[in-house]
Amino acid sequence: MSDERKTIGSGGKAGRGNRQTSPSAAARALAGAPAARKPVAKAKPKVTEPKPAATKAPAKKSPPKKAAPTKRPADKAAAPKPRLRAVTDEDAAAAAAAAAEEAARRTRTAGAAPLSAGIPIDEIVVAVIQAAQRVLGSDWEARVATLLATIRKRMSGDYEVDEFGFDPQITEVLTAAIEPLAEKWFRLEVRGVENIPAEGGALLVANHSGTVPIDGLITGYAVKKYAGRDLRPLGADLVFSLPFVGQIARKVGATLACTEDAERLLTTGELAGVWPEGFKGIGKPFAERYKLQRFGRGGFVSSAMRAQVPIVPVSIVGAEEIYPLVGNVPSLARLLGLPYLPITPFFPLLGPLGMIPLPSKWIIEFGEPIRTDAYDPESADDPMLLFNVTDQVRETIQQTLYGLLVDRGNAFF
Amino acid sequence: MARSVLVTGVAGTFASLFARRLADLGEGAGISKVVGIDTMLPPGDLGGVKFVRADIRTPVVGKVIAVEDVDTVVHLDVNPPRRGRTGGAKELNVIGTMQLLAACQRASTVTKFILGSSTAVYGSSPRDPAMFTESLLARDGVRSGFPKDIVEVESYVRGFARRRPEVIITTLRAAQILHPSIDTPLATYFASPVLPAVMGFDPRLQFTDLNDAFAVLEQAIVKDRPGTFNIAGDGVVLLSQAARRLGRPIIPLPPFGFATAARRVLRAAGSDIPPDLHRLLTYGRVVDTSALRDIFGYDLTRTSLQTFEEFRDSLRPGVMSVVGGRA
Repeated sequence: MSDERKTIGSGGKAGRGNRQTSPSAAARALAGAPAARKPVAKAKPKVTEPKPAATKAPAKKSPPKKAAPTKRPADKAAAPKPRLRAVTDEDAAAAAAAAAEEAARRTRTAGAAPLSAGIPIDEIVVAVIQAAQRVLGSDWEARVATLLATIRKRMSGDYEVDEFGFDPQITEVLTAAIEPLAEKWFRLEVRGVENIPAEGGALLVANHSGTVPIDGLITGYAVKKYAGRDLRPLGADLVFSLPFVGQIARKVGATLACTEDAERLLTTGELAGVWPEGFKGIGKPFAERYKLQRFGRGGFVSSAMRAQVPIVPVSIVGAEEIYPLVGNVPSLARLLGLPYLPITPFFPLLGPLGMIPLPSKWIIEFGEPIRTDAYDPESADDPMLLFNVTDQVRETIQQTLYGLLVDRGNAFF
Repeated sequence: MARSVLVTGVAGTFASLFARRLADLGEGAGISKVVGIDTMLPPGDLGGVKFVRADIRTPVVGKVIAVEDVDTVVHLDVNPPRRGRTGGAKELNVIGTMQLLAACQRASTVTKFILGSSTAVYGSSPRDPAMFTESLLARDGVRSGFPKDIVEVESYVRGFARRRPEVIITTLRAAQILHPSIDTPLATYFASPVLPAVMGFDPRLQFTDLNDAFAVLEQAIVKDRPGTFNIAGDGVVLLSQAARRLGRPIIPLPPFGFATAARRVLRAAGSDIPPDLHRLLTYGRVVDTSALRDIFGYDLTRTSLQTFEEFRDSLRPGVMSVVGGRA
């Protein structure tokens, strides 16, 4: 059946004919056989032995033809699938056996399910149980029950989100989903976890890079995994205007980077994360990697000061190399309302394949907290002080980045 | 001092219920008289409310205030447009408020003005902070329709406050009330058999409990609580969560042309979507009610989720209930 469907150029080398008319002269010459050969003869794709082609008959239709003389009466409908390889005696025997079994199965009762014919149902059950034990551990029954109950609760809308739309259950699932990306793909190394306060508010300030803000995702993962706290990222308004992206961002606890939200999070004792470089940071060319851009307008310092929480400088090494930004299409970006339209060595050249981040090595270092409770909350209105503290945070991160780059060595190996 | 209260828009479901409830409170609570005013007859029995059929868009309202010796005006005639009244809604909301305020400014008897505003005044946009406090302004989403009306109405009330500083002005910005007997856009929306939603967005919504809204308004009348206060049940309900609890299927529609498409879908399903709802259903809106608790002095009795649950119990179960929905 599959043979009939094939037409010119759909299989094998060029010039071997289409198996319905006679093969071309070139094909006959290549086959090296006399013109008396059957029209199915074709160029052999896998010539392993220099034997005469006539005995090996390397053709698509050969297996059934070879098998036919031995056990033809067994079955006529269930011919084995034609293969594009040399036919040996073993193959012929196997084909015959398969044909015989197929025939036998057909002659058996039509009511029996073909799946249960081979494997008894209890063996399948045992296999499933063993698989469950291997994946979920010995208390798999309780775990499966919990999982099913959770799914049922989700389906009936029986869960709670906070005012920001933060959904701890979804965050848990996503953290687990990111783990292979962070640990295996980026080979993440985390330093200075002890600098993240175990409780109470703190503002994590990090450098931003990588064309696509994956660094925010990985930082959130690192904080959750190694410090056991939920990071509440503060994102640009573009994030929340994009469909799907904005929805997921809210569910993992992100909110708009504005003073109201930052202060609300910090005063309620949450761990907020900011990337003050913003689009200037993630959209900078690859040549300027690890050179910190302007740290916004210092709004994050005033928020931390008003809430009297420490600022934790976070240095992220590795994000710069995931999508090396070598070009930009400002006019198209403006048309689409985006801050930049990236061109990387692989995007858009390779299409969706170019969207796979390069496997750079990552190091995230949480630096020593910079205390703000030494200043009064009112000093948040002193611009000079804000600029000074902003510069202090920026310099700390920049120096740490240089150190981490030396430690890391090669970006990929 | 027993108060003589004028309630506008008593043909509306909420205002008529409130006016009747206020009249039932009577002298014991310091309410001597309740006058209801609207252009249409109220749907139900108004009880002890004296109904005056008049249009607040005309100077007649000034005469009503003078004749009835009104000292407290409760302006509840600011409503989102309903189907078939789209064109008239702006007239009624903005021009009605202007005439009413003009009448109040002339009337020396008026000492208190309470505006039943809406959280729609904050608009709805991706640039919104997570929670709006009373001092914040709308970032976007107030350029047309009901949100624009309500922003204009509030600005006129602020102007009135400037001109008559001795009048106590309370602006109550309430999230939409969810109650089977109250006709609000979201209640209509949730009662539909299918819920059209914007693809890729899951808005955070808040609802006000009916009794909380009544109680806050009553306290604003009986006590003196000048200022602006948000009213909304604590917590949020996501649209997806609400749909799952209702057991009604969500129909995701692309963001462009959502309003038209959603209306088509709902009309095909034998229901209707009120205009101006699509922005709320895209970006959602959450307000901070700490001022109501700390300054106004009222503790809300119901969270948004509880309000929603009580409303859900009054609806028929949705088609998806078999796989969840009603617990």
